[in-house]
Amino acid sequence: MKFKLITIFISVFVIFISCDKLLPPAPEESEILDGPMENLSYEQRLQFLRGDDAFNEVFTKESGLGPIFVANSCASCHSGDGKGHPFTTLTRFGQDDTTGNKYLNQGGNQLQHRALPGYKPETLPEGASHSDFIAPAVTGLGFLAYLTDESIIEMSDPNDANGDGISGVVNWIEIPDYINPSTSAISQNGKYIGRFGKKASAYNLLHQTVGAYNQDMGIASFFNPIDVYSNLEIEPEVSNQTIYDLDFYLHTLKAPIQRNQNNPEVIKGKVIFGQINCGSCHKETLRTGYSPIEALSNKEFHPYTDLLLHDMGSELDDNYTEGSALTSEWRTPALWGLGLSADSQGGQYYLMHDGRARSIEEAILFHGGEAERSKNLYLELNKEDKNSLIKFLKSL
Amino acid sequence: MKKTYIYTIKIIALLLLISITEVISQTDTVNQKLNMDAVYDRPFLKLDKLPLAIGGYLEANSQFSQTDGVNEGISFQARRLTLFFSSTIADRIKFLSEIEFEDGTKEINIEFAAVDIELFPLLNIRSGIVMNPIGAFNQNHDGPKWEFVDRPLSATTIIPSTLSNVGVGLFGKYYLSNWIFAYEAYLTNGFDDKIIDNEENRTSLVAGKKNIDKFDDNFGTLPTYSGKLAIRNRKIGELGISFLNGIYNKWQIDGVRVDNQRYLSILALDFNTTLYNRIDIIGEYSKLWINIPETYSKQYGNQQKGFYLDIIANIYKDKVLSWDNAKLNIGVRVEYVDYNIGEFTETNTEIGDEIWAIVPTISFRPVSTTVVRFNYRYQSQVDFLYNPASKSGVIQLGISSYF
Repeated sequence: MKFKLITIFISVFVIFISCDKLLPPAPEESEILDGPMENLSYEQRLQFLRGDDAFNEVFTKESGLGPIFVANSCASCHSGDGKGHPFTTLTRFGQDDTTGNKYLNQGGNQLQHRALPGYKPETLPEGASHSDFIAPAVTGLGFLAYLTDESIIEMSDPNDANGDGISGVVNWIEIPDYINPSTSAISQNGKYIGRFGKKASAYNLLHQTVGAYNQDMGIASFFNPIDVYSNLEIEPEVSNQTIYDLDFYLHTLKAPIQRNQNNPEVIKGKVIFGQINCGSCHKETLRTGYSPIEALSNKEFHPYTDLLLHDMGSELDDNYTEGSALTSEWRTPALWGLGLSADSQGGQYYLMHDGRARSIEEAILFHGGEAERSKNLYLELNKEDKNSLIKFLKSL
Repeated sequence: MKKTYIYTIKIIALLLLISITEVISQTDTVNQKLNMDAVYDRPFLKLDKLPLAIGGYLEANSQFSQTDGVNEGISFQARRLTLFFSSTIADRIKFLSEIEFEDGTKEINIEFAAVDIELFPLLNIRSGIVMNPIGAFNQNHDGPKWEFVDRPLSATTIIPSTLSNVGVGLFGKYYLSNWIFAYEAYLTNGFDDKIIDNEENRTSLVAGKKNIDKFDDNFGTLPTYSGKLAIRNRKIGELGISFLNGIYNKWQIDGVRVDNQRYLSILALDFNTTLYNRIDIIGEYSKLWINIPETYSKQYGNQQKGFYLDIIANIYKDKVLSWDNAKLNIGVRVEYVDYNIGEFTETNTEIGDEIWAIVPTISFRPVSTTVVRFNYRYQSQVDFLYNPASKSGVIQLGISSYF
């Protein structure tokens, strides 16, 4: 009996001293998208954490949700700060040319297809052109935010002067009154460069954040106090400080970290990426200008985008647009974090603007227009080279 | 991860092997009474001429937890201090109350406060704040009766134990040789619409029972029905089937109809048995159906289900120090909950929001009313979208005792 008791107590002791073996290990930093960037001050880390709370806040009827909405929290659309799932696809509607949205008085430009009990959700007005947008990943946005306007214009080639078939253009947009353009902002006829969103129709992250509170969750703010259901001005349902905290959080989420950089296949895939001219739009390396957040100031980063609009061909033309973009034009999406997309999309890929591509290869094959030549070059690759390219893209 | 599983399984196997070689009497987790008797099956202290008997229990523990490598450190938790007061008012008329302080004084609840009037053994009237007879754990939830620090997930989140409400009902028992047949049936106030409008971002009966007005106002305006049938054979064990049905939304205000009547229903099956007079098996399965508008967020699921299965073996019973009947038990709990049964209409893929957990335990009972428990909890949780599971490990050492 004593022997058995001793065995039991030894077992308990073994479990105690094996705590670290029994507790689940942390995933590698490069395997997750969320988390703050390095070199933030103590105060900045606190604001990041407050922003993290705001990002994960679940809105209810009591706290202002809706009454019509798409999602009830930021994290619903950007799980783990990654790409969204078709469950929270945003349907934009009402604009089919560059003259503006013709359905603003009928709920445009975004459909709120869910509603609190007792309310009717919106339905698409008859005849309205529309497009579905999968929510993007939100990591590394601070770097894109502090890329200078000058750098973006430098990358543009609206008349294809270099004859490479790629003619990236800027989306010149009107900005709302609450936006203060940066001191280095470049304007054209009172319009500014849009850089966020599928059509580059948001000027900065505050613009994007206020729009998402209002159009995605039906949360009125000081910046946009219009209730999406009644179209009337109402009391703010979220504080300015919360919006600033969330804006700061989005600026200071770390950039995705590439994995397996030294894998020979990944290295080979990167060479192929360059050889078939993917990098003409998906620019690997950019550099921020000045930022009041020191960790973002004058930093080189690797997003694989040029933030410009490109004609992607008829297959991706949904006959819907925003700002001065044509209906067939889409902003080059950043490719960093691509390999981790499935981890926030329910274990499957939903790529391109509306999630129609279920794999990276499918996404390549949906490229048309200015990217047609690169797609054809991809099709000419042998199986091994294609695999290397995909492996490289998955490493991002 | 695989090594952790194997390591855990080996320890459990070792402990179970030891238990099989020992011949001793049954554990304390299951006694020969029905779950519905648990409310009175507690130690009470009665002073000579006082009409009142008092009792209670305390639950406290330390906990070390880690989720996906994020260490949450060691914390000490005073989970519950519960006080019982009972009184025999007159022949066939009894009163009992249970007042609980959770997490210090964060929540103070009257979990039970009812007067029972016995007409016949088969017909008793109970009125006051009653525990809805849904599942077994809700009726039989005292900490010192269980070998685990945490309460079962399905019995605390799908059935939000302790679930009690103001109401009235009947209960009774019928004895036939080795068999006991029992029933309970109550009409009570119900839940509110926080069930589908809460910061947990899922259908949650826990959120829906927190309405502080529930003791004087029935949110759904019509009574919630709950009832249970139980059968016990003294040699085999107990089997219970229970059901709850009610309206959870404010469908009319000042006589004006503002919404459809939206119902929720819970079905629970529970059983317990004792093998070889020393291995207790306790299990409960529950399923929730709830009517939710089609146009509302699918984040709030219209069905939930879950179960837990506890296997407890007594491996040592003897005198330890001055305790004549000290016992050492080992066991394991396996539990699962699916908070959102269904598919995304957008992708025809399964909705997640599920938890699996396995919890080995070693408990020491110096006396039957006091238990010291050492648990290790390994949990795998998938989110609503079915993204890769997050893994948690929790090590707990706790005590629970009647006083």
